[in-house]
Amino acid sequence: MGYFFNTPDDIADMLAAIGVGSIDELFETIPAELRMRRPLDLPPALTEIELTARMQELAAADRHAGNTVCFLGGGAYDHFIPAVVDQLASRGEFYTSYTPYQPEVSQGNLQAMFEYQSLICQLTGMDVSNASLYDGATATIEGVLMCRVAAKREGRVVVAGTVNPQYRRVLSTYLEPLGCEVAVVPRSGETIDVATAVSMLDERTACLVIQHPNFFGCLEEVRALVAACRERGIFVVQVFDPISLGLLSRPGDLGVDIAVAEGQALGNPLLFGGPYLGILACREAFMRRMPGRIAGQTIGEGDKRCWVLTLQTREQHIRRDKATSNVCTNQGLFALRAAIYLSLLGPQGLREVAENCTRKAHYAAERLVEAGWKRLGNAPFFKEFVVRDPDGAPDERIREGLERGLLVGVPLGSDDPDLADALLVAVTEKRTRQEIDRLAEVLAAHGAGV
Amino acid sequence: MRNRLATRLLSELSKPGRRAARYPAADLPGERPLDELFPADALAAAPPALPELAEPDVVRHFTNLSTLNMSVDTHFYPLGSCTMKYNPKRNERLAGLPGMADVHPLQPESTLQGILQLLFELQRMLGEVSGLPCVSLHPAAGAHGELAALMTAAAYFRDRGEKRTKVLAPDSAHGTNPASAVIAGFQAITVRTDADGCVDLDDLDAKLDDEIAVFMITNPSTLGLFDRQVAEVARRVHARGGLIYLDGANMNAILGVARPGDFGADMMHFNPHKTFSGPHGGGGPGAGPICVSEALGPYLPDPIVIRTADGYAIDRDRPKSIGQVRSFFGNVGVLVRAYCYLLTHGPDGLRQVSEQAVLNANYLLARIRHILPVPHGDRCMHEFVASAEQLKKTRGISAMDIAKRLLDYGFHAPTVYFPLTVPGTLMIEPTETESKETLDAFCEALFRITEEDPDLVHAAPTTTVIRRPDEVTAARKPVVRWATEGS
Repeated sequence: MGYFFNTPDDIADMLAAIGVGSIDELFETIPAELRMRRPLDLPPALTEIELTARMQELAAADRHAGNTVCFLGGGAYDHFIPAVVDQLASRGEFYTSYTPYQPEVSQGNLQAMFEYQSLICQLTGMDVSNASLYDGATATIEGVLMCRVAAKREGRVVVAGTVNPQYRRVLSTYLEPLGCEVAVVPRSGETIDVATAVSMLDERTACLVIQHPNFFGCLEEVRALVAACRERGIFVVQVFDPISLGLLSRPGDLGVDIAVAEGQALGNPLLFGGPYLGILACREAFMRRMPGRIAGQTIGEGDKRCWVLTLQTREQHIRRDKATSNVCTNQGLFALRAAIYLSLLGPQGLREVAENCTRKAHYAAERLVEAGWKRLGNAPFFKEFVVRDPDGAPDERIREGLERGLLVGVPLGSDDPDLADALLVAVTEKRTRQEIDRLAEVLAAHGAGV
Repeated sequence: MRNRLATRLLSELSKPGRRAARYPAADLPGERPLDELFPADALAAAPPALPELAEPDVVRHFTNLSTLNMSVDTHFYPLGSCTMKYNPKRNERLAGLPGMADVHPLQPESTLQGILQLLFELQRMLGEVSGLPCVSLHPAAGAHGELAALMTAAAYFRDRGEKRTKVLAPDSAHGTNPASAVIAGFQAITVRTDADGCVDLDDLDAKLDDEIAVFMITNPSTLGLFDRQVAEVARRVHARGGLIYLDGANMNAILGVARPGDFGADMMHFNPHKTFSGPHGGGGPGAGPICVSEALGPYLPDPIVIRTADGYAIDRDRPKSIGQVRSFFGNVGVLVRAYCYLLTHGPDGLRQVSEQAVLNANYLLARIRHILPVPHGDRCMHEFVASAEQLKKTRGISAMDIAKRLLDYGFHAPTVYFPLTVPGTLMIEPTETESKETLDAFCEALFRITEEDPDLVHAAPTTTVIRRPDEVTAARKPVVRWATEGS
């Protein structure tokens, strides 16, 4: 029970030094009527052996990507994590340290943050990156909040209907109570139609939020959308997939103002949804509006290069109600993991992962079409695609998949009733040809269209 | 001993052609060229110019970097308000079990019965510890929990047809309180604290009106004191129809001793990365579960776990919920560690956490107050705020000097210059997972510093890998990414 040091003798010595007779006396500053008169109603303490057994029992009640072939995506992906990532991030000097407020004894974390920021800039082609936010959805809302202030247009944002529905829900949760309209560009098949989107951009609009590749895995016409927004003084926030940048044009090259992403794919485990890694990078003009921590390079005594937390006058601990954001933490450990991951992959490794995902996803899509499923449209896609069940019963297929050891895809009906017969299928570099063939077999078994 | 490669940057270590991770060929029939799969203008001419390194490069680089940090595993870290306690190794291993770590958030519920049961039980445990029975594990950090709770309160008032626009917080509050209030659409208003660090009731009365939505209080306060008037503050705020939010940053002082729900709070967040031993990870991730009263429960964010006849499930029938404030369920990896921590301690052990934390803090206070006075009294909860003002007058040694000199003695610095209400502060929180020997050694270091040549102390730290970083230039001419010379 617990991780305490003090022996009965220690406690007696310490109480004497304090000048009280008992530990209870130390709590007398709490009015008696506010103190608990019963023990907490919690389960009894467990030793490490007992706790381990308990946790193993709970863990055994879950299926997971280690014992079930995972074709699920929708914002979290079963990418391969090299051993080096886990080994290095498990060093106590990293994971048991605090925010680097004392730079002299935090150069490891500060330099790692600076490395992360540099890698994210190299990855995205954007000018600057912060040291990370909570996750992809919160990075998106923070990007939008930056645009609202920068554009001095607080009343309206436009978001593509092909942005991850969870991200859109988060935008609504934050913005609608503030009286800010969240206008959704309806999806046209599996992408948005540029003309429709442009027709929704008005002089009250602060920004357009797009996802590319989008929630359905498909490419949007980003350049045309950026051009239309630029003409109207509207900012563009792009949600991107960091793995896709091994092949696809970078957000910086596409001309967007703020690029945000879920960084889970960069060496972070699935963890039932978190903690993950919110990536936020932007053009230099937005630097002082960024939320969250930022590491900066400077020099110390002897002209020695070193790193500190910088631009802190943006932050809540200095500016309080005038801060650019209420965000206090970054995801230090997960940003570190992403930095290690990207430095292991390098340009060639990232390209290989992206190409592997693309090829395997396209092979899977072809096999499923052969099996009688239909794609939602014919837009170019990256590692994820939507297919419709000819029998209209994807829940049945999900159940059958589980019996055959497969998580076959994410059902889309609860977010979009028009897609009640659809599955979103993601294929990472970990999937083998045999696994994809098995997916096609399972899904083909009932295919009326075969 | 120091490896000179350690402080070079990845891009400086890079050499074209070096490789670490390699991937097998896709090995699929009928491969088409990529330019048939993607429009030409969607493809990059080349992959991003990331550094090119060999695997041993990466390992040596980051291992060497790690040695430049202080950490709980290596040093005493008496950082007030941050609760830098021991991070149990068993929790790391158990949170890494494949049935915990490799679970996809969009799996069917039938495949999630273990993790959902854990989260359901954690909801109940946090409800019990807080005395506030409705729990959302969803928010990603303490500040995010504040924001989610304020949004929950706003939805509650909207539903009741009440227009309330103001959030109050004491001047000693964490900066996140007023910042969260503004993001949630409220006006943030400061209430004074009195000489004892408690809420100034007269100032409270002056600022209370029918537009007050929430009073945010940190209790025990950031001065490490239990506000004896907390029930009276709650009574006055409630009388005007407002709600009390408790910033749970200091829960390590009162586990099993007093419950926020019993002393008037309607809403609170926990910082599991503080109170329940989640590792701080160099500044995150944390988690920010929130607990609220029955009346506010329907408005909590989604998702929440319930138990049904068929097992554990996400509650789909919450029409009044504010919705999601982030993607997926929550920071489950951190929550699993909190669950392990709570099960390791049990009810008696959890109370003992606070007893030992308060004992350690009071012992430190008693030993050092003759040289570093504690303006707010002879007793504290889990932390206290000492003042170096007197020492600055007599010997010219400031709080910052002491903080920096402690680094030379191998101790992490206390929190300095917070709360903003006390001049020249050192905020010291030892936690329960430190020994009397460590506390004694820390006191000895403090005593020696106060007697040292002030010039030596001003020059501190003298033994760290870097000294006197130029923070002004860093902010004035920001260099926030690697760039080649002249670019």
